[in-house]
Amino acid sequence: MKAIYERPRALKDIVTHYCPGCTHGIAHRILAEVIDELGIQGNTVGVASVGCSVFAYNYIDVDFQQAAHGRAPAVATGIKRVLPDTIVFTYQGDGDLASIGAAEILHAAARGENITVIFINNAIYGMTGGQMAPTTLEGMRTTTTPLGRQPASQGYPLRVAELLSTVEGAAYIARCSLHNAANIAKAKASLKKAFETQVQKKGFSLVEFLSSCPTNWGLSPQEALKWIEEKMIPVFPLGEFKVKEGEAR
Amino acid sequence: MAEVVLMKGNEAIGEAAIRAGCRYFFGYPITPQNEIPEYMAKRLPEVGGVYVQAESEVAAINMVYGAGGAGARVLISSSSPGISLMQEGISYLCGSEIPCVIVNMMRGGPGLGGIQPSQSDYFQATKGGGHGDYKLIVYGPSSIQEMVDIMFRAFSVAEKYRNPVMILGDGMLGQMMEPVSFPDETPPPDPRSRPWATTGNRGGKSKLLSSIILDPEGLDAHNWRLQEKYRRVEEEEVMWDLENAEDAEWFLVAYGTMARVCRAAMTMARREGIKVGLLRPITLWPFPKQAFEAVLPRARGFLCVEMSTGQMVEDVKLSVEGKAPVYFYGRTGGAVPVPRAVLKRIRDMVSGKAPSITDYYDRVAGGEIK
Repeated sequence: MKAIYERPRALKDIVTHYCPGCTHGIAHRILAEVIDELGIQGNTVGVASVGCSVFAYNYIDVDFQQAAHGRAPAVATGIKRVLPDTIVFTYQGDGDLASIGAAEILHAAARGENITVIFINNAIYGMTGGQMAPTTLEGMRTTTTPLGRQPASQGYPLRVAELLSTVEGAAYIARCSLHNAANIAKAKASLKKAFETQVQKKGFSLVEFLSSCPTNWGLSPQEALKWIEEKMIPVFPLGEFKVKEGEAR
Repeated sequence: MAEVVLMKGNEAIGEAAIRAGCRYFFGYPITPQNEIPEYMAKRLPEVGGVYVQAESEVAAINMVYGAGGAGARVLISSSSPGISLMQEGISYLCGSEIPCVIVNMMRGGPGLGGIQPSQSDYFQATKGGGHGDYKLIVYGPSSIQEMVDIMFRAFSVAEKYRNPVMILGDGMLGQMMEPVSFPDETPPPDPRSRPWATTGNRGGKSKLLSSIILDPEGLDAHNWRLQEKYRRVEEEEVMWDLENAEDAEWFLVAYGTMARVCRAAMTMARREGIKVGLLRPITLWPFPKQAFEAVLPRARGFLCVEMSTGQMVEDVKLSVEGKAPVYFYGRTGGAVPVPRAVLKRIRDMVSGKAPSITDYYDRVAGGEIK
């Protein structure tokens, strides 16, 4: 009998610590599928960041380094410069990448560092219990914006994909959503394209995933997915923001 | 006999690292160490290596984490304020047990301070400047030749214990020129020869370099295992130098540039018939307590001289354990004690007149030190 759906080899057979309804599991699954399909499991090094995905190495079966908060792109730079033919990716949340690690992600892109970044945007700090993130929506309630994010004093959400697409060294930048099957399929296609960009040595690639955090949003898993579609996508439009054509460097 | 060349300290550091098999350097500009990244930017591509100018010292030390974790022999350098920015990364390097060599060409602090030589980062280097129970292995060379020789040792010690090593120099050692000869070249290591390095699992068991252990029992065990490693370092790696110890009754204690000044002061004092010796720690951590045990039976006093307000003197006191008086003389901010000033403190020590903190202000008050 032919199996039509099974656990990717790059995904360990282990129960995750993620909350019910969290889309980290989906992101992990499509990442593992892409690793399998490209046949790169034995030649890949991941960099885990600080946040809910700090234990990504427990689930994705490749060599891993665990980085300090925000520094994953710098760590990945070090790995890639030593092992230029090894596939290197970081897996970072919005607090890690867009707040404390804003300098590191911007300059990794500016250098055209040939790495792939998986950016989980759920508009909140999950691990620490639901504080305001740089991607928190206007008016959105968090534990540190109890009255809702007020732009006058707390600023506006940062659009990372748009920002990085202006950087010369960036070769592939896309934003996808994980809120339904059709979008998950698109997200996987984009992620694969990002890794292929690296395999072809074209430069920096990043895929932003709009993700759910039912626990800290105070919503049921189903409501959370609907919230992505209705509230997040209007602020964070989906699509490919940069696709560098042409030859490898 | 190897060729002798005249070289600036900072450039000799770079050349020594390359000849010791280092092919990766991650830098950020800061005075007075800029010649190190500049030298590496030019030389590394010539030998198939990589120089990356990072966006900050914070990023640079994390690039070192990645590169060291990928199995490379990697060097980083900075000066005091930049080293402060690296403390987070250094703590992670120690926690994840990733080897590397860090050079600090110390300048005056606190804050932005100045750009002249200083030794005021001794506490930060030897007592753990970042969070958590960890130790750096710290060398305090006092000549350019010694910096070169220690660079070779530093890489092998870092890799032996899987721990970062710091070479604690100062602006004087970085900026001056001296004749130097280099040991035979060592080839760079193959990253895949290190079983712990993250180089891709090649179908085997995936490797992990991490410092997070949420289970209290697990983290406690990790910490005590690190401590056991540090005890081994204390037993096996401590280094010091004793000069004129055979007949000395009074001892100067100094490292780096200050040891050179003290050597001149020692000669001057001996001309006056004062039997002075020089105890020069070469490893600042582990601190050479053994050297004190050896000279304590006949030592009548120790004078610790530093370009700081008194940091290493605390380790001197701990090593002397109250068995002899310990005096201190120091200046800061780029002011380097001259031999004549040290001689005055030697005379004070011998005559029983302990140097007081007001001595620091002699020059400020306009009084030339005789």
